[in-house]
Amino acid sequence: MHAGMLGAAVAPVTADFSQDTWWLWVIKAVVIIVFLLTSVLFAIWFERKVVARMQVRPGPNVHGPFGLLQSLADAMKLLFKEDMTVSAADKIVYLVAPMIAVFCSLLTFAVIPLGPAVNLFGHHTPLQLTDFPVAVLYILACASVGVYGIVLGGWASNSTYPLLGGVRSTAQVISYELAMGLSLVTVFLMAGSMSTSQIVSSQTKLWWFIPLLPAFVIYVISMVGETNRLPFDLPEAEGELVGGYTTEYSSMKFAWFFLAEYINMLNVSAVATTLFLGGWRAPFGISLINDGMFNTGWWPVLWFLVKLWAVMFFFVWVRGSVLRFRYDQFMNLGWKLLIPAALVWLVAVAAFKGLRDFSDLDLRTWLFVLAGVLVLAIVVSLFFPEKKAPEPTKAAAPREFDPFAAGYPVPPLPGQVLPPSPRKGRVTAAASVPAGAPDPSETTPEVHGG
Amino acid sequence: MSPLAAHLPAHLPALLPTALPAAVDTAGRASTGEAVLFWVLAPIMVIAALGLLFARKAVHAALSLIVVMISLAFMYVTQGAVFLGVVQVVVYTGAIMMLFLFVLMLVGVDSADSLVETIRGQRWIGVIAALGLLVVLGGVLLAATYPVPTGLGEANADSNPVGVAHLIFSDHVFAMEVVGALLVTAALGALVMSHRRRLTPKRGQRELADLRVAGGHHLAPLPAPGVYARHNAMDVPALDPYGNPIDSSVPRVLRVRGQEADANEYAARIDRVLAGGAARDVTPDPELATTPGGSAPPDGAAGAGTDGPTTTGEEAR
Repeated sequence: MHAGMLGAAVAPVTADFSQDTWWLWVIKAVVIIVFLLTSVLFAIWFERKVVARMQVRPGPNVHGPFGLLQSLADAMKLLFKEDMTVSAADKIVYLVAPMIAVFCSLLTFAVIPLGPAVNLFGHHTPLQLTDFPVAVLYILACASVGVYGIVLGGWASNSTYPLLGGVRSTAQVISYELAMGLSLVTVFLMAGSMSTSQIVSSQTKLWWFIPLLPAFVIYVISMVGETNRLPFDLPEAEGELVGGYTTEYSSMKFAWFFLAEYINMLNVSAVATTLFLGGWRAPFGISLINDGMFNTGWWPVLWFLVKLWAVMFFFVWVRGSVLRFRYDQFMNLGWKLLIPAALVWLVAVAAFKGLRDFSDLDLRTWLFVLAGVLVLAIVVSLFFPEKKAPEPTKAAAPREFDPFAAGYPVPPLPGQVLPPSPRKGRVTAAASVPAGAPDPSETTPEVHGG
Repeated sequence: MSPLAAHLPAHLPALLPTALPAAVDTAGRASTGEAVLFWVLAPIMVIAALGLLFARKAVHAALSLIVVMISLAFMYVTQGAVFLGVVQVVVYTGAIMMLFLFVLMLVGVDSADSLVETIRGQRWIGVIAALGLLVVLGGVLLAATYPVPTGLGEANADSNPVGVAHLIFSDHVFAMEVVGALLVTAALGALVMSHRRRLTPKRGQRELADLRVAGGHHLAPLPAPGVYARHNAMDVPALDPYGNPIDSSVPRVLRVRGQEADANEYAARIDRVLAGGAARDVTPDPELATTPGGSAPPDGAAGAGTDGPTTTGEEAR
């Protein structure tokens, strides 16, 4: 049904699925799900271990070699916990919400190309479940439906903190999906397609993160917001909302949310890899070895996984080093910085692409023109008078300053002058009385002030 | 006639060949898979649409609408309109319904919709407007002439999104620009209507902190209840370094209700333990010496009776 359904609509997709049979689809689908579930177990261990190294402690190291079985033990613990349902909850929605989150997170990898075509049981088939002309939009669609799991889970719990988490999550997804979508549009423009396999094959010469660096930066920021990870984990901020939308969930239902969050991390990492980091293509030096040998067969799976886990490492790194944003700062970043920047960048790329496609000038000329404009702008900017820094509000007459305002000892703020210490005179007087005493001017003020 | 077409309402037969050009392949037949999908999705959609009408809670109605939208997207994809199907989910389900939910959720899980009309006669105005819309739509449907369908293969020759783009940005470019201008106007209008000029200076984190200092409020977090390492119950006040109870460490609600424990008793216990005696007063009943609260440490229990405080015994908590 699948091939018949899309066969007519799909022409320009690089991957060739014509030899696929139904059992190949089943095998690929099962492999993808097994890959995702085991990757989640590994990702939890990976995150805890890497964060631990960053915080100079060993991390999980008891269960299994290097503590590798720790996440398995955690999963078992969650499974055997009592499965509670809040009595005031909206029962059906409460039950369905975690399922929505997990199911939607499992869908994305269907269109991620893990490698080029290989021979599988006598069939020549790409290492990808399916692909179609709007595959990346499909990924966005799955992500946006997946957020309903969080939102509905927060609402159905019928409790304050989960509701706040759910409301935050809606606002977050609306604002950050815009920036994310806009940053992806520039990739579509340059690659000339929204199919993942085509985008990968358009990066043969140059990976898109180099020419489209601003879009890549915007995507990376918004992907962290999209997956509710630190510093953007406001829907589940444990310091503010107990557990956010997961507060009233326990046992397997909680585990499903947990699973969905980690699969979503893998998803956005895979999208970043596919769209910006060359997909399964070997890194520059390696791709030249032996006439591109490492870009064929099963090798590309290795490159894909390396890039995927590099992005995952970045996730953990950010978590280990950045503090959670305040909610208004987070919204300001999304609406006042990321979306305008993405729009400006989109217009710039569209203008560049349009001029290149619809005029006879070649790329070199355009780059020279751009460089000329840039140099001109810099030269012109030199003639502008430098903007004067605002006068430091150092009041000429020092403001009245009470060092014991309201009973607290208060240090002087910038611009305020400490009144002369009453002890200073005493010290000098005392020093001058005994002969042979050290000169008071030699004693440091710290000694006397202490 | 395709099986899909055969199941459509009876009053549309004249429109069928033209209204469903994408549902049929070049030979004019829908595939079996498509028919199966239709028969699975159609009942779901109808039930969900009815749920939208009859749901008591607003969020349930919104959920029904989401089910209809996603099923509709599946149908679009089946009929070859891949772009439309996916964009339907991204834009309508992912953004617009999410915005609806954002508002609805603030209403709360237990609230049902109020059915009281706030504008007089709005029901009748609504009925008249609906009738007018029906007349206009029916007129357009009947008056329109449909070109012969070119078939899915030709329509999607350069892939579906490219075909849609060609149509939108050539034949329908004016309509698209007008709709765009309309939407921008609406957004600007909403901005203007909801804009208020700020009359007072904005209070940032800095200003608020200054105010708190100037107001003489308690700046640090309040002390936690409980005596360090002995009692962490919410009703036991903390002790300051001199052994005096700190009232503000007990939650305000407990204090108002008069459920605060007697701090002096706890302070006295500490003094007794420090003096080498039992934490608890020795009572004639030996069972009470080993209280279920377990507040007496082993060494304290061993020294029970040697100290023999004279204060009145406290019942085991």
